[in-house]
Amino acid sequence: MISLADKNIKFSFFYKKLNFLSIILIILSIAVLLFKGLNLGVDFKGGTLIEIRSESTIVKISEIRESFLKMNLGDVTVKNFGKKNDYLVKIEINKSEDENFIKSINDKLSNDLGSVVNFRRVENVGPKVSKELLNAGLLAISLSLAAMLFYIWIRFEWQFSLGAIVALMHDVIITLGIFSLLSYEVNLSIVAAVLTIVGYSMNDTVVIFDRVRENLKKYSKISIAEISDLSTNQTLSRTLITSVTTLLALLSIYIFGGAILKGFSFAMIVGVIVGTYSSIFVATPILKYTKVNQNTVLKDDEKNN
Amino acid sequence: MLYFSKVKLFVIYSLIIFLSIFSITNFINTEKNFITSKKINLGLDLQGGSYLLLEVDSQPIINRNLQEKLLQLRKYFKKNNIKYKNLTLKNKKIIFHLTKEDIKKFEKIFFEEENTINNYYDIYRSHEMTFSVSELNSIENLATISYTKFGLIEIKNSTLDQSLEIVRRRIDEVGTNEPTIIKRGNDRILIELPGLDDPNRIKRLLGKTANLTFRLVSESEDNFGSELLSYEESEQKLNISKRILLSGDNLITAKPSFDNQNNETTVNFSLDRVGTKKFARATINNVGKRLAIILDNKIMSAPVIKEPIVGGNGVITGNFTFQSATDLALLLRSGALPAPLNIIEERTVGPDLGEDSIRAGAISLAIGFLLVIFYMFVKYKLLGIIANIALITNLILLIGILTIFEATLTLPGIAGIILTVGMAVDANVLIFERIKEEMKIEKSNIHAFDTGYKKAQSAILDANITTLISAIILFFLGSGPVKGFAVTLGIGILTTLFCAYFFARHLSSIYVMKNKDKQISI
Repeated sequence: MISLADKNIKFSFFYKKLNFLSIILIILSIAVLLFKGLNLGVDFKGGTLIEIRSESTIVKISEIRESFLKMNLGDVTVKNFGKKNDYLVKIEINKSEDENFIKSINDKLSNDLGSVVNFRRVENVGPKVSKELLNAGLLAISLSLAAMLFYIWIRFEWQFSLGAIVALMHDVIITLGIFSLLSYEVNLSIVAAVLTIVGYSMNDTVVIFDRVRENLKKYSKISIAEISDLSTNQTLSRTLITSVTTLLALLSIYIFGGAILKGFSFAMIVGVIVGTYSSIFVATPILKYTKVNQNTVLKDDEKNN
Repeated sequence: MLYFSKVKLFVIYSLIIFLSIFSITNFINTEKNFITSKKINLGLDLQGGSYLLLEVDSQPIINRNLQEKLLQLRKYFKKNNIKYKNLTLKNKKIIFHLTKEDIKKFEKIFFEEENTINNYYDIYRSHEMTFSVSELNSIENLATISYTKFGLIEIKNSTLDQSLEIVRRRIDEVGTNEPTIIKRGNDRILIELPGLDDPNRIKRLLGKTANLTFRLVSESEDNFGSELLSYEESEQKLNISKRILLSGDNLITAKPSFDNQNNETTVNFSLDRVGTKKFARATINNVGKRLAIILDNKIMSAPVIKEPIVGGNGVITGNFTFQSATDLALLLRSGALPAPLNIIEERTVGPDLGEDSIRAGAISLAIGFLLVIFYMFVKYKLLGIIANIALITNLILLIGILTIFEATLTLPGIAGIILTVGMAVDANVLIFERIKEEMKIEKSNIHAFDTGYKKAQSAILDANITTLISAIILFFLGSGPVKGFAVTLGIGILTTLFCAYFFARHLSSIYVMKNKDKQISI
């Protein structure tokens, strides 16, 4: 019966080792998040963000940095952004109430560099707004996790729900952990990415779960570990093809989509990889650990009838 | 699953054609009378422009209202012969001492539905003010009056409405392209100014309350009834009477002008009838004195009144450039803001960055699209072509729906479309994989296809609903560009389901009917 699937990989054989790896990754991620923290962008921390294009290409990044230091604006970070003469400047303070704030920066900078600088993008977020945006972002992520939990709970049994939610947390924590480790900026679009990861990872998990349930109903004598292997193998080709097409689309955004979408597409790429992994090696093993068997899914059928 | 009734097919294909029309017209420059002129809006991050979020600071208004309330109370006590003591304002509360008998009397009147000092709001079922009493000594009580929650809401709402009107007038006067000016909550105003790459002038105009008053320069040395104000441009200070002879409310027009005699730019204004009378009376009585023109507590100029001004026209001087005179005239014409506005969020994107973003978005969409199409063809050959036709249709439908709703496309929105392209094939992949499995046990191609579609259904639904949930949450909680992502992702899921389950299924049914006895390789 098991030969029904094209491939016959014993995934359950790796459950213990890979779960151990996942736990270590989660602990490391939490540790990094706690001790290093996330590099919050102006959306969530408040402050001013300016994307600069200098007309002359001989301007050095150190000159820009020096010019900003002279202005006494608190903590300022300057980095290259996309093209060679494009820079992204993050200023800790925001003086939105002073309507000449941005203009005075431009004047001083042009003066110091001796060439015209073009402010291509300015984002100025006050402390009240940034706090609201942060809360809305956290609320959105928690709400979507809760909604997923609820949805799976309605469609499947609690063991499945637990597996799915653990896998989701696993994906979100590790993605954020990687962002923290690499000091990538977390802004509004990263929240969007995390929510999409939640949706994608769920999507992936549900397809396997759906098959597990179907197989559980079909075969009464096979252990859950074997059922898991069978189901994973049967859906493996779909899992991989969809991951590949999604990754192709994301890579295209990452490489050609411009500097603004870099963070977003990076988060999604990490999320899709981790999400695909977690459907197979985090969500499904939990069905084994919670001793799912044929009765679990048949009980549900009786309830529904 | 492979049989389609004629009605069903008619509905499916009409829908596709209908949406395709919108999709195509979106890319052609249409005249108004051509089928439809609907277009997808470009977000500020793509077309360039400014987004401003303003917060109305209603504190000064609340203080002023309390001040007025206090005067009302004083009059009221006098009229009704109530003996009060120590009537003052403290910490946004009015406090006073009353005897115990008077307190009871006062409290009864204070909470009547119809009374002159404490409004009752039917919609909130609440009074404007609340009243509390604490014992001071055996004869007297300490009474405290403050705004109720609803009283404050009412002040904030009316302040916001007035501010919105003034903001709208000021921005309209500047003449920007299709501005959006809307209320957010009960103390915020959201402004979107497409195409504007330097919001500095608008910010400067909105940063002024533009409260104009005409007051005499006080001649006496003591400070009673007057205050020390400084000039706009210098440190010099003058003692200005607190009595307002005329305010900006009485102005009907104001325009910049050039005074050839003195070689300077001025702002000329004319007054309404009431203003003309007031101004005439004031100038007749005060010839020879200095009249200060004050804007937002700064002296603009303080000329000597040489002769009475009875015609209702006047001139403001004060070291103007032509630009600053134009702006001042604009501010005076549009009226004073009831309260100061603070800019609490600003996002500006230059038009060249917008163009770059559109280009980058289009390139990555095209490349992502081609990669996915190529991959699907390599993986599934003929069925891959069906999936790819469905994918192209999907994209056309998605754009069609965005056009019908005149949705706003943002940079993350483009990312959402590209992501849809990547994820849209999933439904067809699920189906094809299932068919592949069925082919191993089923002899008949038709049966294999039929069962494949049937069995893949629940997984496809579950999988797409979960992503849809994420998109909906993001739509309601996200802001600006991110909302655009939620829109394209959400609509993309719906079109994906439609394309996979109706359109591609019909295509595969045609294919399998034609090849029912041949060997089909997937």
